[in-house]
Amino acid sequence: MAKGPIRRGGRRLPVEWLGILPFAIFAFLFLILPTLRIVTGAFQDVEGGFTLQNLYDLNTESIRAAYWTSIKLSLYSASLGCAIGFAMAAAVVFGGLPKAVRSPLLTFSGVASNFAGVPLAFAFIATIGPAGLITMELRDVGINLRAYGFNLLSFWGLVITYLFFQIPLMILIIIPALDGLKREWREAAEVLGATGLQYWRMVALPILFPSILGTFALLFANAFGAVATAFALTGPQLNIVPIKLFAQIRGDVLGNPNLGYALAFGMIAITVVANTVYIVLRVRSERWLK
Amino acid sequence: MTRFLAWFALIFGCLYFLLPLVGMAEFSLKMRRGEYSFDAYARVFEDPTFWATFSYSLVLAGATIVMGVFLVVPTAYWVRLKLPQARPFVEFVTLLPLVIPAIVLVFGYIRLYNTSSWLPLTGSALGTDFLLTMGYTTLALPYMYRSVDTGLRTIDVGTLTEAAQSLGAGWITILGRIILPNVMVAVLSGAFLTLAIVLGEFTMAALLNRPAFGPYMQLLGANRAYEPPALAVIAFAITWGCMGLMQLVTRFSKHERAKA
Repeated sequence: MAKGPIRRGGRRLPVEWLGILPFAIFAFLFLILPTLRIVTGAFQDVEGGFTLQNLYDLNTESIRAAYWTSIKLSLYSASLGCAIGFAMAAAVVFGGLPKAVRSPLLTFSGVASNFAGVPLAFAFIATIGPAGLITMELRDVGINLRAYGFNLLSFWGLVITYLFFQIPLMILIIIPALDGLKREWREAAEVLGATGLQYWRMVALPILFPSILGTFALLFANAFGAVATAFALTGPQLNIVPIKLFAQIRGDVLGNPNLGYALAFGMIAITVVANTVYIVLRVRSERWLK
Repeated sequence: MTRFLAWFALIFGCLYFLLPLVGMAEFSLKMRRGEYSFDAYARVFEDPTFWATFSYSLVLAGATIVMGVFLVVPTAYWVRLKLPQARPFVEFVTLLPLVIPAIVLVFGYIRLYNTSSWLPLTGSALGTDFLLTMGYTTLALPYMYRSVDTGLRTIDVGTLTEAAQSLGAGWITILGRIILPNVMVAVLSGAFLTLAIVLGEFTMAALLNRPAFGPYMQLLGANRAYEPPALAVIAFAITWGCMGLMQLVTRFSKHERAKA
């Protein structure tokens, strides 16, 4: 490895790149190669020749429905997560609440955004599941949730459960952005005669817009790739893409290994789009936070 | 008016977050008919599978943290010191695990490293454990890298290195005795987050068929009534503990720096 004084300027010897070789090998073996295997597999037939047939084969009623349900689930949980998270963050930053609220809220958000997966499903089953705390309490006062068509082990049940990690994630990301809104901008707007609503519509929201939309994209991808919560909540029945892929990996339920690759490729394509939106918009929003 | 709306938003949100926690805690105490008891917890703690899977995941978390530190600290250090032009590449790679869902990644592992491949990792239990540890390392990579890189930003890497070198230190001494202690807080904070992630992880362990804590919880959830909420309470306490320790080391370091 290069010893001696640090060279500045001039031509760098490629030997310096050896310093990140372990990282590069790791990334290649456990990140890039596995992903490439999925992507190439999606375009291969059983003999290994190039084909688009796998992608065409995705166009069945059951797989279309799975993608559609997954996209809807991610859209709903991301929009509600953004809206509620924004409301709570704005309440803490601008609402004139006691200062003591802020730090516990941030701590709790850190915990809740990481409290996902199997235990989260248990918590909701124990609360609004068929024998859960709220379900029973409401039944005692004569309200039968099931009679109103509510079922935790369903699409909306999943949305409500996902919000438990979506809202805190929004709060954690958006509070620094709200802090970045300078008091002077508000004062300047007021001096020019703007009402509160005008200030929000014409100054604050346009500045916050990249942050909000970016976080939305992140929450979308977050919900789209989640497996554990949905699996623990509904088992293998619910027809969403990650669960379908889970079943496919375990036992080739689609009866065609290459169709599994195509299914996974579709997931990558969607999360790549969502994350690209997030990263591009975050770079834009950080301009205002300096 | 604003204040009223603010209180409303906060209370509504807090209710949403508190009710499931109260629900799981209450349900976990209801195993004995007609009275509250800790029977469900006792049942969980009596189960040898609980301890087996929990310690398995704990060991794997330890291995993941060690692997992460060995991978991230030298790389982030080297990029800062000598290869700033590699930064976009390294940062892109560390963000990939957030982009590619874990289930897709593990699907790739299974197809790449199966028994008939050039590197048959899934052929043996130890090989699969290794593969799972690598999987967990990728899951933790974005958090670990960010944490360590931010930690490196606060110290003068160039000067420290030159000072150490002029006293005759080699690269291993520099990394182990100069850089690592200086970013210890960042490393610990990344380590606690890794611990929280690994202990609850389900997808990778389930698909690689390893007896980890996540699949154990799922299996118990499918078959029992009162133990799952007890497990959820335990898991929540663990998550809370990890995040608390994370905050503690960060606060401790601020305190130290303020004194200096």
